[in-house]
Amino acid sequence: MVNRSQAPIIKDAVDFDILLKPYELFRLDNGIPVYVVRSGEQETLQLELVFPAGSWYESESLIASATNFLMKNGTGKHSALEINEMVEYYGAYLNRNCYHENATYTLHCLTKHTTELLPVLQEVILDPAFPEEELSIFVQNMKQKLAVNLQKCDFVANRHIDKYLFGEFHPYGRVSSMMAYDALQTESLKAFYQKHYTYNNCRIFLAGNLPDNIIPLLNQYFGNSKWNGESHMLRPELPVLPAEEKKYRIFNDENGVQGAVRMARPFPNRYHPDFGRMLVLNTIFGGYFGSRLMSNIREEKGYTYGIHSQLYNFRQVSAINIQTEAGRDVCEATVTEVYKELERLQREPVPEEELHLVRNFMIGSILGDLDGAFQVIQRWKNLILNDLDENYFYNNIRTIKTITAAELQQLAQQYYNREDFYELIVI
Amino acid sequence: MIHFNRFTLENGLRVIVHEDTTTPMAVVNVLYDVGARDEDPAQTGFAHLFEHLMFGGSVNIPEYDEPLQMAGGENNAYTTNDLTNYYIELPAENLETAFWLESDRMLSLAFSEKSLDVQRKVVSEEFKEHYINKPYGDVWHKMRELAYSRHPYRWMTIGKDLSHIEQAKLEDVKSFFFRHYRPVNAILVVAGNVTTEQVKALAEKWFGDIPSGERYIRNLPQEPQQADAHFLEIKGKVPLDALYKAYHMYPRKDQRYYAADLLSDVLGGGGSSRLHQVLVKEKKLFSNIECYHFGSVDAGLLVIEGKLVKGVKMKDAEKGIQEELEKLQQGEIPGRELQKVKNRVESMLAFEDMSLLNRANNLAFYELMGDAALMNTEFDNYERVTTADILQEARIIFNEQNSNTIHYYAGN
Repeated sequence: MVNRSQAPIIKDAVDFDILLKPYELFRLDNGIPVYVVRSGEQETLQLELVFPAGSWYESESLIASATNFLMKNGTGKHSALEINEMVEYYGAYLNRNCYHENATYTLHCLTKHTTELLPVLQEVILDPAFPEEELSIFVQNMKQKLAVNLQKCDFVANRHIDKYLFGEFHPYGRVSSMMAYDALQTESLKAFYQKHYTYNNCRIFLAGNLPDNIIPLLNQYFGNSKWNGESHMLRPELPVLPAEEKKYRIFNDENGVQGAVRMARPFPNRYHPDFGRMLVLNTIFGGYFGSRLMSNIREEKGYTYGIHSQLYNFRQVSAINIQTEAGRDVCEATVTEVYKELERLQREPVPEEELHLVRNFMIGSILGDLDGAFQVIQRWKNLILNDLDENYFYNNIRTIKTITAAELQQLAQQYYNREDFYELIVI
Repeated sequence: MIHFNRFTLENGLRVIVHEDTTTPMAVVNVLYDVGARDEDPAQTGFAHLFEHLMFGGSVNIPEYDEPLQMAGGENNAYTTNDLTNYYIELPAENLETAFWLESDRMLSLAFSEKSLDVQRKVVSEEFKEHYINKPYGDVWHKMRELAYSRHPYRWMTIGKDLSHIEQAKLEDVKSFFFRHYRPVNAILVVAGNVTTEQVKALAEKWFGDIPSGERYIRNLPQEPQQADAHFLEIKGKVPLDALYKAYHMYPRKDQRYYAADLLSDVLGGGGSSRLHQVLVKEKKLFSNIECYHFGSVDAGLLVIEGKLVKGVKMKDAEKGIQEELEKLQQGEIPGRELQKVKNRVESMLAFEDMSLLNRANNLAFYELMGDAALMNTEFDNYERVTTADILQEARIIFNEQNSNTIHYYAGN
């Protein structure tokens, strides 16, 4: 009979060698860098074009995201329907995303259809038309979506907490509004497009099973001219204006049966030496299923379906943000318990056993995250777009493997002070 | 082509091994052949509540999550109306930890009163978060009750009523466990950087001595063919009027399922689909519209749902949908459009297969359907579908008698 009370022997995380598979770098004839991670196992590829065209650079709210969204909705040669049909005919996905810093267009397709899809992608990137009609449908539908979201306590809470942390005039704290949608004009979208989606601002990240002639193909569609001219982005740091008042209670729905709880404080960005260390402390506190917050507030008290703490990955300044949706009558108790857990980390060093577990968990999950070319290029993209290299990645791994309980306690004493936290409940 | 090996332990546990040496990871997936459809109508939500209790410690291991995290692993689970699936992803070198954990909770749970007490509350909060405290959150409870008169698909996985979960007792939990969570009702899939020999040895060692249990014979009341259109009006605290239409379709193993699946793509698959193009872009009746189906094992529902543009009348919006359905029923599907929806499936399957976890989940699901090898011939089932098949299903499914309609009005 097997002894079931005895756990099998495990290999420890510190003994895993994690390697970030290197990328290949090509340059198109016009200088556009192409970062490539190949894999031969599947018949798929992912091609992502990245531009410094995020909300950081917009002069009025929503211009960056509307430009990004509408580039795909009609070009000089084809209507939105025709573009969609050409992409979908090949079973491909052409997704766009707009973040604080960057905006992207990503093509996922079967390798065998690459040749047919690149001309469509080229049209969308080089020749968007921004038809008036498309803008007006976009505005109408986005306003409707916003109206629905504004009824959700979690959506409302997310808007407010970022406003408290960064101020409503900072791109990190600015929120959408009906008025901002109404103010959008095709002229300003075109101008934003012209300035930001230029050849010299473009970077390409490519992964998967690639056709042999992929670089000549990319040259043909994106590399043979100085499309949209040259444009240099100024990226001044913008003043952060955090709110003075720290505590907020908002009633969004009188009959709500749950409240959205947010507790947050500013934190230095990823270039600060404490950032990598905080990733470990944050995991212990609220970053995985066995975290202090989950163990206490979900698994011990049953106040919520889930509670998490996250570290924002914003470039200028980061923040620690604790979030949960809890039963209406236990929201205040949840806030109290979060403070208790913060203070426990300040008062008592993390037991060796728990620290050991978190190290192993974090390394195991990095190992899993690096499984496959799409995941590897994602890691590289995050480093490259933030002007970092693999040393940053390996340093973080070293921190996970070697940080001590004393260092973590010191970190908690510096950053986990209750008076530094914004506190918000939206019911 | 997904390669796998298969064997069955003496106690009836089916084991599938998918070897992939390109990854440092391993996935251990345990599927139990029980879902919300197997619940007593007076105790709905039980299969899902039970899934939560599976993390509350087992007979020899007080804590499930800790040793797994110590081994660098992560896990989760989901319950559907048809099945319950548990999975672990961890570095392949620590594979045995997953066997130890999964086999002990198949042997027996700890059945702690405390765990039941806490998880009842957690599930209540999950219920509130997803179905009460969200605009339109109640619509699927109501639609299932409207569309199904007999089949247990008439309640959602989370349960029909919060009180069912609140009243769950430990003795119910025990009998549910020993009825459904037995080797003979389970499928184990091990995928990743493993060998079949290794998995055989580990499976014998850890699962081999678990009592087989009795095979659960499913005998569910089948839904009779719907005789007339069902209709419900809701007034709720939502900002926009919304329209929901659900039609009965075919069981997962019926060849007509594939025609119905492609039909939903013709209408609602992507920005070039018919409903989006005509009703959102051209006629501007809806701010969004979707067409999809539940993909359930027994006969499921094909759904069209959308939010109306402010100022549009419900009857005009409904007429817009009706016209598109009639156009489809009486018209043609051009060759290129048929090829488009097939290409879409081919691509979707390829992207799904990229993830080791998906491959393991899918092998277990197809084995539940009768044979894991079905996973490799799935696309052929779509390839066989002709325009005539789709048009025929469009005429049968979108018959008014077969429809269930909810008008959800914005009120105060």
